Amino acid sequence: EDLRVDGRGCEDYRCAEVETDVVSNTSGSARVKLGETDILVGIKAEMGTPKLEKPDEGYLEFFVDCSSNSPELEGRGGEELGTDIANTLYRVFSCENSVDLKSLCINPKEHCWVLYVDVLLLECGGNIFDAISIAVKAALFNTRIPKVRVLEDEEGTKEIELSDDPYDCIRLNVDEVPCIVTLSKIGYRHVVDATLQEEACSLASLLISVTSKGAITSMKKVGKGSLDPESIFEMMETGQRVGKSLHIALQKILDEEETLGTSRSKVGFLG
Amino acid sequence: MAAVTMRLPAVRAPLDSSAPRGGEKHLVAPGDTITTDTGYMRGHGTYVEDDRLIASVAGVVERVNKLVCVRALKARYNGEIGDIVVGRITEVQQKRWKVETNSRLDSVLLLSSINLPGGELRRKSAEDELAMRDYLQEGDLISAEVQSIFSDGAVSLHTRSLKYGKLAQGVLVQVSPSLVKRQKTHFHDLPCGASVILGNNGFIWIYPTPEQKDDEAGGYTTNLEPVPLSDREVISRLRNCIVALVTHKMMLFDTSILYCYEASLPHQIKDILKPEVTEEIVLEARQRLLDLEG
Repeated sequence: EDLRVDGRGCEDYRCAEVETDVVSNTSGSARVKLGETDILVGIKAEMGTPKLEKPDEGYLEFFVDCSSNSPELEGRGGEELGTDIANTLYRVFSCENSVDLKSLCINPKEHCWVLYVDVLLLECGGNIFDAISIAVKAALFNTRIPKVRVLEDEEGTKEIELSDDPYDCIRLNVDEVPCIVTLSKIGYRHVVDATLQEEACSLASLLISVTSKGAITSMKKVGKGSLDPESIFEMMETGQRVGKSLHIALQKILDEEETLGTSRSKVGFLG
Repeated sequence: MAAVTMRLPAVRAPLDSSAPRGGEKHLVAPGDTITTDTGYMRGHGTYVEDDRLIASVAGVVERVNKLVCVRALKARYNGEIGDIVVGRITEVQQKRWKVETNSRLDSVLLLSSINLPGGELRRKSAEDELAMRDYLQEGDLISAEVQSIFSDGAVSLHTRSLKYGKLAQGVLVQVSPSLVKRQKTHFHDLPCGASVILGNNGFIWIYPTPEQKDDEAGGYTTNLEPVPLSDREVISRLRNCIVALVTHKMMLFDTSILYCYEASLPHQIKDILKPEVTEEIVLEARQRLLDLEG
Protein backbone atom coordinates (compact mmCIF):
# COMPACT_ATOMS: atom_id res chain seq x y z
CA GLU A 1 0.00 0.00 0.00
CA ASP A 2 1.16 3.43 -0.82
CA LEU A 3 0.55 5.43 2.37
CA ARG A 4 3.13 7.25 4.46
CA VAL A 5 2.60 8.89 7.87
CA ASP A 6 1.69 12.26 6.39
CA GLY A 7 -0.61 10.76 3.78
CA ARG A 8 1.81 10.96 0.84
CA GLY A 9 2.54 8.14 -1.54
CA CYS A 10 6.01 6.66 -1.77
CA GLU A 11 6.85 8.81 -4.79
CA ASP A 12 5.29 12.11 -3.74
CA TYR A 13 7.27 15.19 -2.87
CA ARG A 14 6.25 17.65 -0.19
CA CYS A 15 4.98 21.00 -1.38
CA ALA A 16 7.94 23.10 -2.52
CA GLU A 17 8.30 26.85 -2.79
CA VAL A 18 10.90 28.22 -5.19
CA GLU A 19 11.94 31.84 -5.54
CA THR A 20 14.85 33.27 -7.50
CA ASP A 21 16.71 36.57 -7.33
CA VAL A 22 16.41 36.95 -3.56
CA VAL A 23 19.94 38.22 -2.92
CA SER A 24 20.62 41.43 -4.79
CA ASN A 25 24.42 41.49 -4.88
CA THR A 26 24.88 38.09 -6.49
CA SER A 27 24.86 37.15 -10.15
CA GLY A 28 22.09 34.68 -9.45
CA SER A 29 20.33 33.33 -6.38
CA ALA A 30 17.49 31.07 -5.41
CA ARG A 31 15.67 30.01 -2.28
CA VAL A 32 13.89 26.67 -2.01
CA LYS A 33 11.58 25.57 0.79
CA LEU A 34 10.75 21.87 0.67
CA GLY A 35 8.48 21.24 3.65
CA GLU A 36 10.69 22.13 6.63
CA THR A 37 13.96 22.20 4.64
CA ASP A 38 15.11 25.70 3.69
CA ILE A 39 18.03 26.25 1.28
CA LEU A 40 19.53 29.49 -0.04
CA VAL A 41 21.94 29.42 -3.00
CA GLY A 42 23.92 32.40 -4.26
CA ILE A 43 26.10 32.38 -7.38
CA LYS A 44 28.81 34.93 -8.02
CA ALA A 45 30.59 35.11 -11.36
CA GLU A 46 34.19 36.21 -11.10
CA MET A 47 37.05 36.33 -13.56
CA GLY A 48 39.79 33.83 -13.15
CA THR A 49 42.34 31.77 -15.02
CA PRO A 50 41.19 28.53 -16.57
CA LYS A 51 42.43 25.21 -15.26
CA LEU A 52 45.55 23.85 -16.96
CA GLU A 53 43.94 20.72 -18.35
CA LYS A 54 40.88 22.57 -19.70
CA PRO A 55 42.19 25.89 -21.05
CA ASP A 56 39.10 26.87 -23.02
CA GLU A 57 36.49 26.29 -20.35
CA GLY A 58 35.31 28.04 -17.25
CA TYR A 59 34.44 26.08 -14.10
CA LEU A 60 32.19 25.96 -11.03
CA GLU A 61 33.27 26.01 -7.41
CA PHE A 62 30.89 24.78 -4.71
CA PHE A 63 30.90 25.80 -1.10
CA VAL A 64 28.32 24.61 1.42
CA ASP A 65 27.72 26.22 4.79
CA CYS A 66 25.57 24.50 7.42
CA SER A 67 26.33 26.60 10.47
CA SER A 68 22.95 28.33 10.73
CA ASN A 69 21.17 25.05 11.25
CA SER A 70 21.72 24.09 14.87
CA PRO A 71 24.31 24.81 17.57
CA GLU A 72 26.00 21.46 17.08
CA LEU A 73 26.70 22.29 13.44
CA GLU A 74 28.41 25.60 14.13
CA GLY A 75 32.08 25.95 13.33
CA ARG A 76 33.84 22.59 13.10
CA GLY A 77 30.78 20.39 13.41
CA GLY A 78 29.15 21.53 10.21
CA GLU A 79 32.38 21.25 8.22
CA GLU A 80 32.07 17.52 7.69
CA LEU A 81 28.51 17.72 6.47
CA GLY A 82 29.38 20.74 4.35
CA THR A 83 32.35 19.12 2.59
CA ASP A 84 30.28 15.97 2.07
CA ILE A 85 27.55 17.92 0.29
CA ALA A 86 30.10 19.94 -1.70
CA ASN A 87 31.86 16.78 -2.89
CA THR A 88 28.53 15.28 -3.95
CA LEU A 89 27.77 18.45 -5.94
CA TYR A 90 31.18 18.29 -7.65
CA ARG A 91 30.46 14.71 -8.66
CA VAL A 92 27.00 15.53 -9.94
CA PHE A 93 28.32 18.39 -12.06
CA SER A 94 31.42 16.53 -13.22
CA CYS A 95 29.50 15.27 -16.23
CA GLU A 96 30.68 16.97 -19.42
CA ASN A 97 27.51 18.54 -20.74
CA SER A 98 25.60 19.50 -17.58
CA VAL A 99 26.67 23.11 -17.84
CA ASP A 100 28.09 24.59 -21.04
CA LEU A 101 31.51 25.48 -19.66
CA LYS A 102 32.86 26.64 -23.03
CA SER A 103 30.50 29.60 -22.96
CA LEU A 104 32.22 30.69 -19.76
CA CYS A 105 35.53 31.16 -21.52
CA ILE A 106 36.70 34.67 -22.38
CA ASN A 107 40.27 34.21 -23.50
CA PRO A 108 41.60 30.67 -23.85
CA LYS A 109 44.37 29.97 -21.35
CA GLU A 110 44.10 33.43 -19.83
CA HIS A 111 40.65 34.49 -18.72
CA CYS A 112 37.47 32.69 -17.98
CA TRP A 113 34.42 33.04 -15.80
CA VAL A 114 34.47 31.11 -12.55
CA LEU A 115 31.06 30.55 -10.97
CA TYR A 116 31.28 30.39 -7.20
CA VAL A 117 28.18 28.57 -5.99
CA ASP A 118 27.51 29.16 -2.28
CA VAL A 119 24.90 26.97 -0.63
CA LEU A 120 23.45 27.98 2.72
CA LEU A 121 21.55 25.39 4.71
CA LEU A 122 19.04 27.47 6.64
CA GLU A 123 16.95 24.69 8.08
CA CYS A 124 17.29 20.94 7.82
CA GLY A 125 13.97 19.11 7.63
CA GLY A 126 15.03 15.99 5.80
CA ASN A 127 16.04 15.48 2.16
CA ILE A 128 18.63 18.24 1.91
CA PHE A 129 20.34 16.93 -1.24
CA ASP A 130 17.22 17.18 -3.39
CA ALA A 131 16.43 20.67 -2.16
CA ILE A 132 20.03 21.80 -2.72
CA SER A 133 20.08 20.52 -6.29
CA ILE A 134 16.74 22.19 -7.08
CA ALA A 135 18.04 25.45 -5.63
CA VAL A 136 21.32 25.21 -7.58
CA LYS A 137 19.44 24.64 -10.83
CA ALA A 138 17.08 27.55 -10.14
CA ALA A 139 20.01 29.81 -9.24
CA LEU A 140 21.91 28.85 -12.41
CA PHE A 141 18.77 29.66 -14.41
CA ASN A 142 18.66 33.03 -12.70
CA THR A 143 22.39 33.81 -13.17
CA ARG A 144 23.20 36.77 -15.35
CA ILE A 145 26.85 37.04 -16.38
CA PRO A 146 27.85 40.40 -17.86
CA LYS A 147 29.05 40.35 -21.46
CA VAL A 148 32.71 41.23 -21.91
CA ARG A 149 34.68 42.07 -25.02
CA VAL A 150 38.36 41.49 -25.44
CA LEU A 151 40.19 44.34 -27.15
CA GLU A 152 43.66 43.81 -28.48
CA ASP A 153 46.12 46.63 -28.81
CA GLU A 154 48.86 46.90 -31.41
CA GLU A 155 51.44 45.78 -28.85
CA GLY A 156 49.43 42.65 -28.12
CA THR A 157 48.19 43.54 -24.62
CA LYS A 158 44.63 42.45 -24.16
CA GLU A 159 42.08 44.60 -22.44
CA ILE A 160 38.79 43.43 -21.17
CA GLU A 161 35.88 45.77 -21.60
CA LEU A 162 32.63 45.45 -19.73
CA SER A 163 29.58 46.49 -21.65
CA ASP A 164 27.87 49.64 -20.36
CA ASP A 165 24.36 48.29 -20.40
CA PRO A 166 23.67 46.48 -17.09
CA TYR A 167 21.04 44.33 -18.74
CA ASP A 168 23.38 43.07 -21.43
CA CYS A 169 24.32 39.70 -20.11
CA ILE A 170 24.56 36.06 -20.98
CA ARG A 171 22.27 33.48 -19.43
CA LEU A 172 23.13 29.87 -18.87
CA ASN A 173 21.32 27.00 -20.50
CA VAL A 174 20.11 24.78 -17.67
CA ASP A 175 18.37 22.11 -19.73
CA GLU A 176 21.07 19.57 -19.01
CA VAL A 177 21.62 20.46 -15.35
CA PRO A 178 20.85 17.37 -13.27
CA CYS A 179 18.76 17.23 -10.12
CA ILE A 180 19.43 14.86 -7.26
CA VAL A 181 16.71 12.41 -6.24
CA THR A 182 17.22 10.71 -2.89
CA LEU A 183 15.58 7.32 -2.45
CA SER A 184 15.58 6.06 1.12
CA LYS A 185 15.02 2.41 1.83
CA ILE A 186 12.59 1.82 4.70
CA GLY A 187 11.73 -1.81 5.35
CA TYR A 188 11.09 -3.38 1.96
CA ARG A 189 9.99 -0.26 0.14
CA HIS A 190 11.80 2.89 -0.89
CA VAL A 191 10.49 6.41 -0.53
CA VAL A 192 11.26 9.72 -2.19
CA ASP A 193 11.66 12.93 -0.20
CA ALA A 194 12.00 11.51 3.29
CA THR A 195 11.22 13.68 6.32
CA LEU A 196 13.57 13.75 9.32
CA GLN A 197 11.67 10.92 11.03
CA GLU A 198 11.69 8.80 7.88
CA GLU A 199 15.42 9.40 7.43
CA ALA A 200 15.99 8.20 11.00
CA CYS A 201 14.20 4.94 10.15
CA SER A 202 16.01 4.29 6.87
CA LEU A 203 19.29 2.41 6.97
CA ALA A 204 20.42 3.02 3.39
CA SER A 205 19.70 5.62 0.73
CA LEU A 206 20.58 6.04 -2.91
CA LEU A 207 21.37 9.48 -4.33
CA ILE A 208 20.78 9.61 -8.06
CA SER A 209 21.34 12.68 -10.18
CA VAL A 210 18.97 12.74 -13.15
CA THR A 211 18.77 15.16 -16.05
CA SER A 212 15.50 16.37 -17.49
CA LYS A 213 15.69 13.75 -20.24
CA GLY A 214 16.02 10.95 -17.72
CA ALA A 215 19.74 10.31 -18.08
CA ILE A 216 21.53 9.38 -14.87
CA THR A 217 24.76 11.30 -14.41
CA SER A 218 25.93 10.00 -11.05
CA MET A 219 24.92 7.68 -8.26
CA LYS A 220 25.94 7.42 -4.64
CA LYS A 221 24.90 5.14 -1.83
CA VAL A 222 24.81 6.55 1.69
CA GLY A 223 23.97 4.93 4.98
CA LYS A 224 25.13 2.05 7.12
CA GLY A 225 22.74 -0.55 5.71
CA SER A 226 23.11 -2.66 2.61
CA LEU A 227 21.10 -2.61 -0.60
CA ASP A 228 20.11 -5.61 -2.64
CA PRO A 229 21.26 -5.28 -6.31
CA GLU A 230 17.70 -5.86 -7.58
CA SER A 231 16.33 -3.17 -5.35
CA ILE A 232 19.03 -0.84 -6.68
CA PHE A 233 17.67 -1.33 -10.21
CA GLU A 234 14.14 -0.66 -8.98
CA MET A 235 15.28 2.45 -7.18
CA MET A 236 17.11 3.67 -10.29
CA GLU A 237 13.95 3.33 -12.38
CA THR A 238 11.91 5.13 -9.75
CA GLY A 239 14.56 7.82 -9.58
CA GLN A 240 14.44 8.37 -13.33
CA ARG A 241 10.65 8.65 -13.33
CA VAL A 242 10.54 10.97 -10.36
CA GLY A 243 13.47 13.01 -11.65
CA LYS A 244 11.75 13.69 -14.96
CA SER A 245 8.57 14.95 -13.28
CA LEU A 246 10.71 17.01 -10.88
CA HIS A 247 12.42 18.74 -13.81
CA ILE A 248 9.11 19.41 -15.55
CA ALA A 249 7.60 20.98 -12.44
CA LEU A 250 10.72 23.06 -11.74
CA GLN A 251 11.00 24.32 -15.32
CA LYS A 252 7.34 25.27 -15.30
CA ILE A 253 7.72 27.33 -12.16
CA LEU A 254 10.92 29.00 -13.40
CA ASP A 255 9.27 29.93 -16.69
CA GLU A 256 6.24 31.24 -14.80
CA GLU A 257 8.47 33.40 -12.65
CA GLU A 258 10.33 34.62 -15.74
CA THR A 259 7.12 35.70 -17.49
CA LEU A 260 5.99 37.62 -14.43
CA GLY A 261 9.22 39.58 -14.66
CA THR A 262 9.35 42.74 -12.61
CA SER A 263 5.63 42.66 -11.86
CA ARG A 264 6.17 39.85 -9.38
CA SER A 265 6.12 41.00 -5.78
CA LYS A 266 9.26 39.69 -4.15
CA VAL A 267 8.66 37.79 -0.95
CA GLY A 268 12.23 37.07 0.07
CA PHE A 269 12.63 36.52 3.78
CA LEU A 270 9.90 38.79 5.06
CA GLY A 271 6.86 36.85 3.90
CA MET B 1 2.82 8.21 -10.52
CA ALA B 2 5.01 10.76 -8.87
CA ALA B 3 3.41 14.02 -7.82
CA VAL B 4 5.66 17.02 -7.55
CA THR B 5 4.05 20.36 -6.79
CA MET B 6 6.04 23.54 -6.85
CA ARG B 7 4.82 27.03 -6.37
CA LEU B 8 6.02 30.59 -6.05
CA PRO B 9 5.97 31.86 -2.47
CA ALA B 10 3.19 34.22 -1.52
CA VAL B 11 2.96 36.48 1.47
CA ARG B 12 0.67 34.74 3.94
CA ALA B 13 -1.40 37.09 6.01
CA PRO B 14 -1.89 35.73 9.55
CA LEU B 15 -5.36 34.33 10.13
CA ASP B 16 -7.49 37.11 11.49
CA SER B 17 -8.65 36.10 14.92
CA SER B 18 -12.25 36.97 15.67
CA ALA B 19 -13.33 39.12 18.62
CA PRO B 20 -10.94 38.53 21.52
CA ARG B 21 -12.51 36.36 24.13
CA GLY B 22 -12.06 37.44 27.70
CA GLY B 23 -10.51 40.79 27.02
CA GLU B 24 -7.27 41.84 25.37
CA LYS B 25 -4.23 39.74 26.02
CA HIS B 26 -1.07 41.58 26.88
CA LEU B 27 1.49 40.01 24.57
CA VAL B 28 5.16 40.80 25.02
CA ALA B 29 8.41 39.97 23.28
CA PRO B 30 11.81 39.63 25.01
CA GLY B 31 12.98 43.12 25.88
CA ASP B 32 9.54 44.73 26.00
CA THR B 33 8.79 46.87 29.03
CA ILE B 34 5.85 45.50 30.98
CA THR B 35 5.49 48.36 33.40
CA THR B 36 7.50 51.17 34.93
CA ASP B 37 5.61 50.95 38.21
CA THR B 38 8.02 49.75 40.89
CA GLY B 39 5.29 48.41 43.20
CA TYR B 40 5.12 45.00 41.51
CA MET B 41 6.94 41.84 42.45
CA ARG B 42 8.59 40.13 39.54
CA GLY B 43 7.78 36.51 38.71
CA HIS B 44 9.01 34.05 36.09
CA GLY B 45 9.98 35.45 32.73
CA THR B 46 10.76 38.99 33.90
CA TYR B 47 13.72 40.98 35.11
CA VAL B 48 14.31 44.49 36.46
CA GLU B 49 16.57 47.00 34.74
CA ASP B 50 16.71 50.75 35.30
CA ASP B 51 13.50 50.75 37.35
CA ARG B 52 11.59 49.04 34.54
CA LEU B 53 10.11 45.58 34.54
CA ILE B 54 11.19 43.90 31.30
CA ALA B 55 10.05 40.59 29.82
CA SER B 56 12.71 37.98 29.11
CA VAL B 57 10.53 35.53 27.15
CA ALA B 58 7.88 35.92 24.47
CA GLY B 59 4.42 35.27 25.82
CA VAL B 60 1.40 36.51 27.73
CA VAL B 61 1.65 38.71 30.81
CA GLU B 62 -0.19 37.29 33.81
CA ARG B 63 -0.86 39.42 36.81
CA VAL B 64 -2.01 38.13 40.18
CA ASN B 65 -2.42 41.07 42.59
CA LYS B 66 1.14 42.31 42.90
CA LEU B 67 2.90 39.46 41.14
CA VAL B 68 3.68 39.92 37.46
CA CYS B 69 4.95 37.00 35.40
CA VAL B 70 5.18 36.14 31.73
CA ARG B 71 3.91 32.77 30.57
CA ALA B 72 5.95 31.73 27.56
CA LEU B 73 4.31 30.45 24.40
CA LYS B 74 7.00 27.92 23.59
CA ALA B 75 8.58 26.50 26.71
CA ARG B 76 9.66 23.14 28.04
CA TYR B 77 7.12 21.08 29.88
CA ASN B 78 6.72 21.86 33.59
CA GLY B 79 5.21 18.90 35.39
CA GLU B 80 2.15 19.16 37.60
CA ILE B 81 0.89 16.33 39.76
CA GLY B 82 -1.85 14.39 38.01
CA ASP B 83 -0.80 15.23 34.45
CA ILE B 84 -0.81 12.55 31.80
CA VAL B 85 2.43 12.37 29.84
CA VAL B 86 3.70 10.34 26.95
CA GLY B 87 7.41 9.73 27.14
CA ARG B 88 10.25 7.71 25.66
CA ILE B 89 12.62 5.60 27.77
CA THR B 90 16.17 6.90 27.41
CA GLU B 91 18.04 4.95 30.10
CA VAL B 92 17.59 1.86 32.24
CA GLN B 93 19.23 2.41 35.62
CA GLN B 94 19.46 0.43 38.87
CA LYS B 95 15.91 0.70 40.19
CA ARG B 96 14.39 3.14 37.74
CA TRP B 97 13.99 4.24 34.17
CA LYS B 98 14.78 7.68 32.79
CA VAL B 99 12.02 8.97 30.54
CA GLU B 100 12.29 11.83 28.08
CA THR B 101 9.22 14.07 28.29
CA ASN B 102 10.28 17.35 26.65
CA SER B 103 11.05 18.94 30.02
CA ARG B 104 14.21 20.52 31.41
CA LEU B 105 15.30 17.31 33.13
CA ASP B 106 14.59 13.70 32.25
CA SER B 107 11.63 12.32 34.16
CA VAL B 108 12.02 9.34 36.44
CA LEU B 109 9.93 6.16 36.47
CA LEU B 110 10.74 4.17 39.59
CA LEU B 111 10.54 0.40 39.57
CA SER B 112 8.19 0.58 42.51
CA SER B 113 5.77 2.72 40.53
CA ILE B 114 4.95 0.33 37.73
CA ASN B 115 2.43 -2.43 37.27
CA LEU B 116 3.91 -5.81 36.57
CA PRO B 117 2.79 -7.68 33.45
CA GLY B 118 -0.20 -9.82 34.24
CA GLY B 119 -1.39 -7.40 36.85
CA GLU B 120 0.37 -8.97 39.82
CA LEU B 121 0.68 -6.90 42.93
CA ARG B 122 3.78 -7.63 44.92
CA ARG B 123 6.90 -6.07 46.27
CA LYS B 124 9.57 -5.83 43.64
CA SER B 125 12.48 -8.10 44.41
CA ALA B 126 16.05 -8.19 43.27
CA GLU B 127 15.07 -10.47 40.38
CA ASP B 128 12.65 -7.85 39.14
CA GLU B 129 15.50 -5.39 39.18
CA LEU B 130 17.55 -7.63 36.93
CA ALA B 131 14.57 -8.21 34.63
CA MET B 132 13.83 -4.51 34.20
CA ARG B 133 14.92 -4.59 30.60
CA ASP B 134 12.30 -7.20 29.82
CA TYR B 135 9.57 -4.78 30.86
CA LEU B 136 10.74 -1.54 29.32
CA GLN B 137 13.75 -0.98 27.07
CA GLU B 138 15.47 2.11 25.73
CA GLY B 139 13.38 3.60 22.96
CA ASP B 140 10.01 2.34 24.21
CA LEU B 141 7.11 4.77 24.40
CA ILE B 142 5.00 4.81 27.52
CA SER B 143 1.99 6.69 28.81
CA ALA B 144 2.16 7.56 32.50
CA GLU B 145 0.87 9.94 35.12
CA VAL B 146 2.88 12.38 37.17
CA GLN B 147 3.13 11.16 40.76
CA SER B 148 5.32 13.80 42.36
CA ILE B 149 7.91 16.43 41.56
CA PHE B 150 11.43 16.44 42.96
CA SER B 151 12.90 19.61 44.37
CA ASP B 152 15.02 20.23 41.26
CA GLY B 153 11.97 20.13 39.03
CA ALA B 154 12.38 16.59 37.75
CA VAL B 155 9.12 14.74 37.51
CA SER B 156 8.42 11.30 38.95
CA LEU B 157 5.99 9.15 36.97
CA HIS B 158 3.87 6.14 37.74
CA THR B 159 1.92 3.67 35.63
CA ARG B 160 -0.17 2.23 38.39
CA SER B 161 -3.30 1.80 36.34
CA LEU B 162 -4.25 -0.49 33.51
CA LYS B 163 -4.76 2.36 31.11
CA TYR B 164 -1.09 3.39 31.32
CA GLY B 165 1.84 1.37 30.12
CA LYS B 166 3.85 0.64 27.00
CA LEU B 167 2.44 2.00 23.75
CA ALA B 168 2.23 -0.25 20.72
CA GLN B 169 1.68 0.79 17.10
CA GLY B 170 0.77 4.37 16.34
CA VAL B 171 2.03 7.79 15.34
CA LEU B 172 3.68 10.34 17.63
CA VAL B 173 3.26 14.07 17.04
CA GLN B 174 5.43 16.47 19.03
CA VAL B 175 3.95 19.89 19.73
CA SER B 176 4.51 22.69 22.21
CA PRO B 177 3.15 21.80 25.70
CA SER B 178 1.28 25.10 25.95
CA LEU B 179 -1.04 24.08 23.13
CA VAL B 180 -2.53 21.06 24.91
CA LYS B 181 -5.64 22.05 26.81
CA ARG B 182 -6.05 20.78 30.37
CA GLN B 183 -9.08 18.54 30.53
CA LYS B 184 -10.69 15.89 32.71
CA THR B 185 -9.45 13.06 30.56
CA HIS B 186 -6.69 12.91 28.00
CA PHE B 187 -7.51 9.52 26.53
CA HIS B 188 -10.02 9.98 23.74
CA ASP B 189 -11.66 7.44 21.45
CA LEU B 190 -12.61 9.52 18.46
CA PRO B 191 -15.70 8.46 16.47
CA CYS B 192 -13.70 8.47 13.24
CA GLY B 193 -12.03 5.20 14.17
CA ALA B 194 -8.81 6.07 15.97
CA SER B 195 -7.85 6.87 19.53
CA VAL B 196 -5.65 9.65 20.72
CA ILE B 197 -3.68 10.35 23.90
CA LEU B 198 -3.05 14.06 24.44
CA GLY B 199 0.00 14.17 26.68
CA ASN B 200 0.34 17.36 28.72
CA ASN B 201 3.99 17.47 27.77
CA GLY B 202 3.12 18.03 24.13
CA PHE B 203 3.57 14.45 22.94
CA ILE B 204 0.43 13.27 21.20
CA TRP B 205 -0.04 9.61 20.44
CA ILE B 206 -2.51 8.51 17.75
CA TYR B 207 -3.27 4.81 17.52
CA PRO B 208 -5.93 2.50 16.12
CA THR B 209 -8.75 1.81 18.58
CA PRO B 210 -8.27 -1.68 20.02
CA GLU B 211 -11.28 -3.95 19.46
CA GLN B 212 -11.65 -5.32 22.95
CA LYS B 213 -10.26 -3.88 26.11
CA ASP B 214 -8.14 -6.69 27.54
CA ASP B 215 -7.94 -6.23 31.27
CA GLU B 216 -5.48 -9.02 31.90
CA ALA B 217 -2.80 -7.48 29.76
CA GLY B 218 -1.47 -5.11 32.38
CA GLY B 219 -0.23 -2.77 29.69
CA TYR B 220 2.75 -4.70 28.39
CA THR B 221 1.58 -6.66 25.39
CA THR B 222 2.59 -5.05 22.13
CA ASN B 223 0.35 -5.90 19.24
CA LEU B 224 2.62 -5.97 16.22
CA GLU B 225 0.08 -7.12 13.65
CA PRO B 226 -0.07 -4.97 10.52
CA VAL B 227 -2.58 -2.17 10.87
CA PRO B 228 -5.26 -2.18 8.13
CA LEU B 229 -5.05 0.54 5.45
CA SER B 230 -8.34 2.20 6.45
CA ASP B 231 -7.11 2.69 10.02
CA ARG B 232 -3.80 4.02 8.75
CA GLU B 233 -5.58 6.55 6.56
CA VAL B 234 -7.62 7.81 9.51
CA ILE B 235 -4.46 8.10 11.62
CA SER B 236 -2.56 9.96 8.86
CA ARG B 237 -5.46 12.36 8.43
CA LEU B 238 -5.62 13.02 12.17
CA ARG B 239 -1.88 13.57 12.28
CA ASN B 240 -2.05 16.12 9.46
CA CYS B 241 -5.00 17.85 11.16
CA ILE B 242 -3.07 18.18 14.40
CA VAL B 243 -0.07 19.62 12.52
CA ALA B 244 -2.43 22.07 10.79
CA LEU B 245 -3.91 23.20 14.14
CA VAL B 246 -0.43 23.59 15.60
CA THR B 247 0.79 25.79 12.72
CA HIS B 248 -2.08 28.15 13.48
CA LYS B 249 -1.47 27.98 17.23
CA MET B 250 -4.88 26.62 18.16
CA MET B 251 -5.48 24.79 21.42
CA LEU B 252 -5.62 21.02 21.05
CA PHE B 253 -8.46 19.12 22.63
CA ASP B 254 -10.76 16.36 21.43
CA THR B 255 -13.45 18.65 20.00
CA SER B 256 -11.05 20.86 18.07
CA ILE B 257 -9.27 17.86 16.58
CA LEU B 258 -12.60 16.27 15.64
CA TYR B 259 -13.93 19.43 13.97
CA CYS B 260 -10.70 19.83 12.07
CA TYR B 261 -10.89 16.20 10.95
CA GLU B 262 -14.43 16.63 9.68
CA ALA B 263 -13.49 19.84 7.87
CA SER B 264 -10.63 18.04 6.15
CA LEU B 265 -12.69 15.14 4.80
CA PRO B 266 -13.33 16.65 1.35
CA HIS B 267 -9.58 17.01 0.75
CA GLN B 268 -6.99 14.34 0.11
CA ILE B 269 -4.81 13.48 3.09
CA LYS B 270 -1.58 14.79 1.59
CA ASP B 271 -3.23 18.06 0.54
CA ILE B 272 -4.01 19.02 4.14
CA LEU B 273 -0.47 20.27 4.60
CA LYS B 274 -0.70 22.73 1.73
CA PRO B 275 -0.87 26.27 3.18
CA GLU B 276 -4.20 27.27 1.62
CA VAL B 277 -5.97 24.05 2.57
CA THR B 278 -4.59 24.32 6.13
CA GLU B 279 -6.02 27.83 6.45
CA GLU B 280 -9.38 26.73 5.12
CA ILE B 281 -9.89 23.81 7.47
CA VAL B 282 -8.56 25.67 10.52
CA LEU B 283 -10.92 28.56 9.83
CA GLU B 284 -13.84 26.17 9.51
CA ALA B 285 -12.93 24.36 12.72
CA ARG B 286 -12.49 27.66 14.54
CA GLN B 287 -15.90 28.84 13.31
CA ARG B 288 -17.61 25.69 14.56
CA LEU B 289 -15.93 26.02 17.94
CA LEU B 290 -17.12 29.60 18.25
CA ASP B 291 -20.64 28.54 17.34
CA LEU B 292 -20.43 25.87 20.00
CA GLU B 293 -19.41 28.38 22.64
CA GLY B 294 -21.73 31.22 21.90
